[in-house]
Amino acid sequence: MSTLDAIVIGGSAGALDVLLNLLPQLPRGFSVPIVLVLHVMPRKPSYLVDVLKARAALGVEEAQDKQPLQPGTLYCAPPDYHVLIERGRSLSLSVDDAVHFSRPSIDVLFESAAVALRSRVAGVLLTGGNEDGARGLEAISRAGGITVVQAPKSAQMPHMPEAALARFTPTRVLSSAELGPYLTSLGAPE
Amino acid sequence: MTQPSSEDVELQVLLDAIYQRYHYDFREYAEASLRRRVAAALVHFDCETISGLQARVLHEPKVFTELLDFLTVQVSDMFRDPSYFRAIREQVVPWLRTFPTLKVWVAGCSTGEEAWSLAILLAEEGLLDRTLIYATDINPESLRAAEAGIYPLERMALFSKSYLKAGGKKSLSSWYTTSAHSAMLDRSLRKSILFSDHSLATDSVFAEVELISCRNVLIYFDRELQDRAIALMRDSLRRRGYLGLGSRETLRFTSHDAAFEEAAPKERIYRKR
Repeated sequence: MSTLDAIVIGGSAGALDVLLNLLPQLPRGFSVPIVLVLHVMPRKPSYLVDVLKARAALGVEEAQDKQPLQPGTLYCAPPDYHVLIERGRSLSLSVDDAVHFSRPSIDVLFESAAVALRSRVAGVLLTGGNEDGARGLEAISRAGGITVVQAPKSAQMPHMPEAALARFTPTRVLSSAELGPYLTSLGAPE
Repeated sequence: MTQPSSEDVELQVLLDAIYQRYHYDFREYAEASLRRRVAAALVHFDCETISGLQARVLHEPKVFTELLDFLTVQVSDMFRDPSYFRAIREQVVPWLRTFPTLKVWVAGCSTGEEAWSLAILLAEEGLLDRTLIYATDINPESLRAAEAGIYPLERMALFSKSYLKAGGKKSLSSWYTTSAHSAMLDRSLRKSILFSDHSLATDSVFAEVELISCRNVLIYFDRELQDRAIALMRDSLRRRGYLGLGSRETLRFTSHDAAFEEAAPKERIYRKR
């Protein structure tokens, strides 16, 4: 069994392309639940889920309040809600204030994961144009979790990864092409 | 089982202290959001630890009043999620019309935007004269703001747009008067709304109602408290009464799924069986 209870992924501008390339590489038997915060315009609710679902072997769902995390499933933060991980390995939602002008916010997800799962979480911060996620990824690092930052050179918008790298040294800095194999190894069954 | 950290212990002790001293029960709130809110309060009160905050809360009731805002206040919008209000208008109002008198409960009304929105909707449907809206919350400051029904003028443009999308029959501006920086909702609506103190965590059924609107309140509760709060709402509803939740809330992970049917699934409007 994997030593991880969840993988949390955050990204903003350019991150959808990275995910569309990454998701087909993750096998159906992927043993770790994934929770995703992507900054998108709060417009068409099911758009993101539908787009990702078409590419992924994993199940893709919009996160629902108090939903227990299941392996082999990717949960997307709903537009205009924060998504958080609770200690009992379930999700919860909030409509608290935006963080870094974002709701959902990556920091909110990552910081909750650091508290709830401590070393049993891996955080992945992708391309983006603001600083959301840097603080949260650092919290995961301090809690003993695995931290992955997309290499700024391979990022469409390097600001978000650079903000994280300015704060601490992550477990891995990976190009978008290296993300698939690495995450697959994290979620390999047995 | 991992050992609880000092902060875990401090948080539990703070919530116990608040409960024993002030009878507000946050012990079964969803922990992840509560933690963020307490962390924001630590910064605001310039406390280094939760224990430090706890000492101030116990010895300075004014600090508790302020902390209550950190722990409870949600900012909502009038006619937030217009399709919800449209569904109320199209699917619930026809049933409401069949009763000579009506009771509606806005549970966790915060600063009142939703209660006033429902009052406008019911007025436009010709039902407000026979309706009593209970708007309840645990925060006295929020209730005062809700009762005043005065909102910053700059928020009214968004509210107006949502009002129209929700099927509003006039212009929202016909329901408020403006001063330099604020909009005050029509006093004629006010007499149909009863603002009062009620806790879904510690209080019980107080009326039998036809419609309950409780949106983005349950997400702040843990599963056990959610179950109790939904049981309380179920018991408060007349047979076949309606329960409206937030756009991403569901009865699916609670124990009461079977007590309700989905009336407007996308809008999260349920109907008591």
